[in-house]
Amino acid sequence: MHGIRSKLTPYYLMLPGGLWLAIFFAVPIVMMIGLSTMTGNVISGFGETWQHFGNYVQGFTQYTPEWIRSAEYAGLGCLISIVLSYPIAYWIAFYGGSRKSTYLFLLLLPFFVSFVLRTIAWNYILGDQGLILGPLKHWGLIAPGFRVLATGSAVIIGIVYNYLPFMILPIYVALERVDPTVIEAGRDLYAGSATVFRKVVLPLSLPGVFAGVLLNFVPAASDYVNASVLGGTGNTMIGNIIYDQYFVVQNYPVQASLSFSLMGILLIGIFLYARALGTEEVLEAAAAI
Amino acid sequence: MTQASEQAGSTSATETIPAIQMAGIVKEFHSRGDVVRAVDGVDLEIGSGEFFSLLGPSGCGKTTTMRMIAGFEEPTHGEVRLYGASVLGVPPHKRDVNMVFQSYALFPHMNVFENVAFGLRRKKTAKDEVTRRVGEIIETVGLSGREKRRPRELSGGQQQRVALARALVNQPRALLLDEPLGALDLKLRQAMEVELKRIQREVGITFIYVTHDQGEALTMSDRIAVMNEGRVEQLGTPRDIYARPATRFVAGFIGTSNILSGPVTSAAGGSVVILDGDGQHVEATLRDGLSLSAGDTAEITVRPEKVSIKPDADGCAGCRLRGTVTEVVYLGTSTNYNVVTSTGDEITVFVQNSDDSAELAERGADVWLTWDPRHSYVIGAQ
Ligand SMILES: Nc1ncnc2c1ncn2[C@@H]1O[C@H](COP(=O)(O)OP(=O)(O)O)[C@@H](O)[C@H]1O
Ligand SMILES: [Mg+2]
Repeated sequence: MHGIRSKLTPYYLMLPGGLWLAIFFAVPIVMMIGLSTMTGNVISGFGETWQHFGNYVQGFTQYTPEWIRSAEYAGLGCLISIVLSYPIAYWIAFYGGSRKSTYLFLLLLPFFVSFVLRTIAWNYILGDQGLILGPLKHWGLIAPGFRVLATGSAVIIGIVYNYLPFMILPIYVALERVDPTVIEAGRDLYAGSATVFRKVVLPLSLPGVFAGVLLNFVPAASDYVNASVLGGTGNTMIGNIIYDQYFVVQNYPVQASLSFSLMGILLIGIFLYARALGTEEVLEAAAAI
Repeated sequence: MTQASEQAGSTSATETIPAIQMAGIVKEFHSRGDVVRAVDGVDLEIGSGEFFSLLGPSGCGKTTTMRMIAGFEEPTHGEVRLYGASVLGVPPHKRDVNMVFQSYALFPHMNVFENVAFGLRRKKTAKDEVTRRVGEIIETVGLSGREKRRPRELSGGQQQRVALARALVNQPRALLLDEPLGALDLKLRQAMEVELKRIQREVGITFIYVTHDQGEALTMSDRIAVMNEGRVEQLGTPRDIYARPATRFVAGFIGTSNILSGPVTSAAGGSVVILDGDGQHVEATLRDGLSLSAGDTAEITVRPEKVSIKPDADGCAGCRLRGTVTEVVYLGTSTNYNVVTSTGDEITVFVQNSDDSAELAERGADVWLTWDPRHSYVIGAQ
């Protein structure tokens, strides 16, 4: 009697966490899977089939451009973000001195404002007669018809801006962890500053870059705010389609299948990415911020 | 500075020029408005192929001195010369000396081979020569077969050897080691002491070894500079420094030493007498440059193993002093006696337990301490 009870103890202990996961994760997922294979429409109602995968096929064939755009915008956004973030992170880590935390705080300050609000602010910055283009057009430096807003570039700018801290922080943490005596060892072994950077500092900070890519690409690929606020009509991403299918068209099965496809692609992508780069290093660096 | 480089150019026999010269070195750090004088006037000449140690307590300026040789710090005053040529303003990567860091500072993203090859590759050494030399040095430090390991897959002792190999493979003009054994446990440390000395003999490179551990310095060094508060207190061979400490600081820092003080009763022929009469006699040798006359107070030192304990001082020439045993500690190979002398000083005596005769004296016994005057030295005056 006592033996059985003590064997069951671990399962009892798992109960609260297990129930939590079941209620808030597993059950909704199963409901979503069910939803994604339903047929019908919002007026006559939806019927469960559990085997109708046409929604998935339709999701890919009908919205191919949006899928491609999501990958393109998120990918380009990551690249630009790396180029911008690395020098900032480097400067704070190595030249920040005793003010490091102040600089990091300043960096995060705009992010206390709501995501949507600060994205809307970029409407004024990028507008055809806005903060940047207005004066340039006034002085005749660019053609009057030139525009950024409502183009793919505006969406990428929004993505870069909105996820920048998630690139800077992991790179900063990785650089901050580089042992200064290792840098001195490089100098001592006949490497000039540029070589020390290339052979020692950069390789040691790469896990931070990889983690930053992970933390940028995933939310950027499923983002819809930047595309809807800055992108106009012709530059929608898959997130916008999901949003529309749910709130506008109210085709819940298609919405659910798209969400599932996106989740699946991102999960497989993260898995392959982490496998290729060494799971521990990337996840460790992502967890360190 | 120009004078130094001319000297380097015109002299062909490099062996006669010291590997490293430090002349009038002062180093000040400014931190929060304060000026910290880490090194306060150091003059040193270190010969080519020498195993030279900088020994002193933590914070005495050893690391700073070494970093000025490596190029990580520039002296506030004074000049460092490598083989006669001033290296003022020369950055670390252009100085032909290498450092072994206390924390090893291995490149964590490279394996053992790549770590060791780093310096040679920076100097654009031919590929097959890199392979050959790295292979040789890895064998010298006893790490063959571990070339492909990452530093974190090695034990502390093995990492230490990689750090050593990474510096030695470049055949630098001097190797600078900053407390390299500090992170190892006692057994490994003792093994590495022997090992380091062997490697140094084998490669014939000048070693400058920084340590706060007198045992390490005495075991390995050809010469030792004992540092205190940014200055060199004494420079000499381990035997010199141990047997003839020049200052009270050196006497206290190295080994156990006994200090006696008293007024000089007579001074003649390079020695002084501070106690005479009542059957007692204490005399000590003056070191060069120190002169005392009757009436001055002298401090003298004598090592514990030079002193004998006797029930009476009959027939003893040399130094004789009365005292009472306050403590007897049996240590296996030797026995320690603490004795309070008639002058009120406390003296420790080590007696080898060479045969299994009983203790020489018990606690509370009145005894005589005797030693040869050649073993007592004046270390200071007041
Ligand atoms: N970069 C620095 N800035 C300020 N003070 C320093 C610096 N480096 C060393 N010091 C000071 O100089 C003194 C000597 O330091 P160091 O050379 O490291 O001693 P050791 O190696 O003998 O322990 C210490 O008081 C230390 O605090
Ligand atoms: Mg030190």
